[in-house]
Amino acid sequence: MTSEPLVADHVLEFPGGYTRSTGPVIGRFLTELRDGRVVGVKTAGGRVLVPPLEYDPATGEPVTGEWVEVGPAGTVTAWAWVHEPRKEHPLDRPFAWALIRMDGADTALVHAVDAGNPKAMRPGLRVRPRWKTDREGGITDIACFVPEVTMIVSPTRAEYRIRASASLTRFLEGIRDGVFRGGRCAACDKVYVPIRVSCPECGNVIGEEVELPGTGTVTTFAINNLPDPRAPEVPFISAYILLDGADIPMIALVGGVPAHEVRQGMRVRAEWAPAEERTPSMSSVKWFTPTGEPDVEL
Amino acid sequence: MRQVRDVAVVAFAQTRHTGHDTGASEPELILPVLEEVRAQTGLRRFDFTCSGSCDYLAGAPFSFVSALDALGAWPPISESHVEMDAAWALYEAWVRLQHGDADTALVYGFGKSSMGDLRAIMTLQLDPYYLAPLGLDQLSYAALQASALGASRDELDRIVRRSRTAGRENPYALDLPADEDGGFLVEPLKAHDVAPVTDGAAAVVLAAGDRAGELATRPAFIRGIAHRIEPHYLGMRDLARSASAADAARAAGVGKGPVEVAELHAQFSHEEIILREALELPADTVVNPSGGPLAANPVMATGLIRIGEAARRILDGSASRTVAHAAGGPCLQHNLVAVLEA
Amino acid sequence: MGNRCAVIGVGQTKYTTKRQDVSIAGLVREAALRALEDAGLTFADIDAVVVGKAPDLFEGVMMPEAYLADALGAAGKPMMRVHTAGSVGGSTALVGASLIQGGVHDRVLVVAFEKQSESNATWALSTHLPFNASLVVGAGGYFAPHIREYIRRSGAPAHIGTLVAVKDRLNALKNPYAHLKIHGISREMVESTPMLWEPIRYLETCPSSDGACAMVLASEQAVTGTPAWVHGTAMRSEPIFRAGRDTVNPQAGKDCAADVYGQAGIADPRRDIDVAEVYVPFSWYEPMWLENLGFAAEGEGWKLTESGATALDGDIPWNASGGVLSSNPIGASGLIRFAEAALQVRGMAGEHQVDGARRALGHAYGGGAQFFAMWIVGSEKP
Repeated sequence: MTSEPLVADHVLEFPGGYTRSTGPVIGRFLTELRDGRVVGVKTAGGRVLVPPLEYDPATGEPVTGEWVEVGPAGTVTAWAWVHEPRKEHPLDRPFAWALIRMDGADTALVHAVDAGNPKAMRPGLRVRPRWKTDREGGITDIACFVPEVTMIVSPTRAEYRIRASASLTRFLEGIRDGVFRGGRCAACDKVYVPIRVSCPECGNVIGEEVELPGTGTVTTFAINNLPDPRAPEVPFISAYILLDGADIPMIALVGGVPAHEVRQGMRVRAEWAPAEERTPSMSSVKWFTPTGEPDVEL
Repeated sequence: MRQVRDVAVVAFAQTRHTGHDTGASEPELILPVLEEVRAQTGLRRFDFTCSGSCDYLAGAPFSFVSALDALGAWPPISESHVEMDAAWALYEAWVRLQHGDADTALVYGFGKSSMGDLRAIMTLQLDPYYLAPLGLDQLSYAALQASALGASRDELDRIVRRSRTAGRENPYALDLPADEDGGFLVEPLKAHDVAPVTDGAAAVVLAAGDRAGELATRPAFIRGIAHRIEPHYLGMRDLARSASAADAARAAGVGKGPVEVAELHAQFSHEEIILREALELPADTVVNPSGGPLAANPVMATGLIRIGEAARRILDGSASRTVAHAAGGPCLQHNLVAVLEA
Repeated sequence: MGNRCAVIGVGQTKYTTKRQDVSIAGLVREAALRALEDAGLTFADIDAVVVGKAPDLFEGVMMPEAYLADALGAAGKPMMRVHTAGSVGGSTALVGASLIQGGVHDRVLVVAFEKQSESNATWALSTHLPFNASLVVGAGGYFAPHIREYIRRSGAPAHIGTLVAVKDRLNALKNPYAHLKIHGISREMVESTPMLWEPIRYLETCPSSDGACAMVLASEQAVTGTPAWVHGTAMRSEPIFRAGRDTVNPQAGKDCAADVYGQAGIADPRRDIDVAEVYVPFSWYEPMWLENLGFAAEGEGWKLTESGATALDGDIPWNASGGVLSSNPIGASGLIRFAEAALQVRGMAGEHQVDGARRALGHAYGGGAQFFAMWIVGSEKP
């Protein structure tokens, strides 16, 4: 006959914790830690041990009585990333255990590095102690190490209130009303769309307004494979479209046709948003779509 | 400075500046002033063109690109642009005319500070590690300088009253009340110590050698022009003085003769005091008869307008030796001084 | 032209995606100090400083020359800040040279930089104001249609762009400062990469780099070390929205080249120029600029590329440094072209040195292929 195994918790814990005498070397080190300093001790061979020991671990000979302050920065020589910290760990979020050679030391001490994520860790990473506020003389007086500051995030924001110019307003109101408004330079006899105040070629003021049909010819185009908020999908066509009667193309979307069927010389017409949805903005022209007419010789 | 080719301001035009956005785009602001300097000189092509503007003021990169479309730059022109007040565009053009193979230059600048919050935008010009993250704004650092100077409230008020009164006489400047008793914005500066939000543009035509006399009956010859910058960090210079303005003034030769009129790029009332001292202006010099920046401050054109206004006094025969000053950077960090003579 | 001017020092940083070990000032100083060291000078020997960079949105520091004045030893001196879009690096060199040619100064430090990793280049170049009438989608989206039109007009075969992409990256392997070091780069590798903005493939585009470049320019009496003499300088701009504008072969580029060749006494650029550093951010711009700059007749540029003439061992090497296709800190890219041209005629280009280079072209363009800056430098005094 079987029964449930008998199971119970068992704890071995010396009440109040062990009391450990430190001896002169460790005691000195922890005293300095409590004061916010990291010190090492020199061996007879001239090496600086951090954390300090009473003896040279290489030879077993006693260390000298010579102390040196090291750090406060150190260099990570090796590390391991803790994805799931245990409750005894110095940090309650993922962190790295690391061997850290303090500046001025010849050996490395082990401590935790609060690096945020493992990609931040690398050999040679420079770290500094993050000190506890209330220190008692223990290795955890250093709460952990943190990477040196190598980057700051600088939120930069400038706010503006933009007013469309009179000519652009006139053009965009035309778009709302379903017409393309251009202007003719009397001196150059060239029609500009959108309508503008002056002629880019001669600098003269453009006086005459003209209305252009919503039909035109694709002069050239790009097939864009990177998404853009102004395009419904990828790939999309951004095309130079020379409206009939205009002398300068506009850059606009071409749609309603597979991207790879668009051609230079293709005849297109504006596909307007429904009149009630139109606003004074280019989004009122959904895109240009092929008319089906024969291509134009460019 | 070595042997210098005679270069003169032969034409100057500015917009009737406004304290609000009229809906004119930057190219549309420039267009009338370009037409005006073309009409003044009868020139439609210039050997060199240079402009000054600022992307952060316009709220978009390449603010100068669309401006080029206002110029009628066809056939293509020899042209450059500084991301500085257009006074430095004039300096670049002056240097170019020293080569000897170019005789005329068009310089223009434009700015619409109505579109954004200039106090905040100017923060972006500060050191990005120690200063900008503090959110130290233009008025605040100007107030630090005013405090370091320790100017009296009476003196500041007098400067503001004089500037605004002059501005009301100037058809291009804003109409601002001469007396305005507001509280402190950032003590010791009050609202009226600050140059007003302004939209505007300006253009100047330079001509060298014989061309100057052909294009203007009384050209304003640039007898000296120099600029100097000084350390950026406010705590690493004497804010009460402007060593760079003083250096530039010496290099330009301000003290070599009387100064009838000085147009100073003082965007805060206390800056005028610092600049008068740095330029060692005689007591009888008339300062900012146009009203100066305290009456109209189309940022990026304001410095060029100082040169234009100083030149205008020569061009119209009302003065024979004038001084113009332009500034850039926080707390008058960068200063340009020009001496103009009949 | 004015007084004689020479390049006496060149300094560059190693171009890379992210220079996270330095501040903006640190990056700029690195190039400046190397240029000074090359010239055997210190900041104290410099009369004026000219800084160039593309839009301030890249680093979010407005008119950063104010902040950089101290870092560049400019305190107490004149300082200028140039911004002419993509051509700015070239314009910066020209503004610096102008200060010498105009007799204003004897020694000018010119510095251009971009630390693009502080933000994102695509974001910085695509901040659209409200109320736009035009659909422009980044630099690649803007230039791709013009490349398509070039291919249509010239009848160039599709692999020409690939050839340039491979050639420039092979050259980059010889340049210690180049950003992209693609070992084993080949036509197959380029053709296996996706079309971003057809007809432009991923490996036919320039990278986004952090970097700075500096030069020390001197008047004749102030020359130290090995000079590269300036034989001609020119800039040209044309309006972007002119009706009938030829965007494939812009007039401003042709006029700028004619001007600078005239000053330098160059009748036939292919014959008279030994090496050219030309702003080619998308591979197809090599054949397009070969025609625009008069190295080939209209419609024939691609044949020069295909023949290998522009390779490092060809008769007219283009972009021996690896060019913009291999390193592109935007604001500095033009200055790097001008500086590499100077290095070539000084005989100091190292592994990518073109043997016996005596005259070189530095070229930059920007905006909608509407701003141009060029210079010719030579080993001999003009």
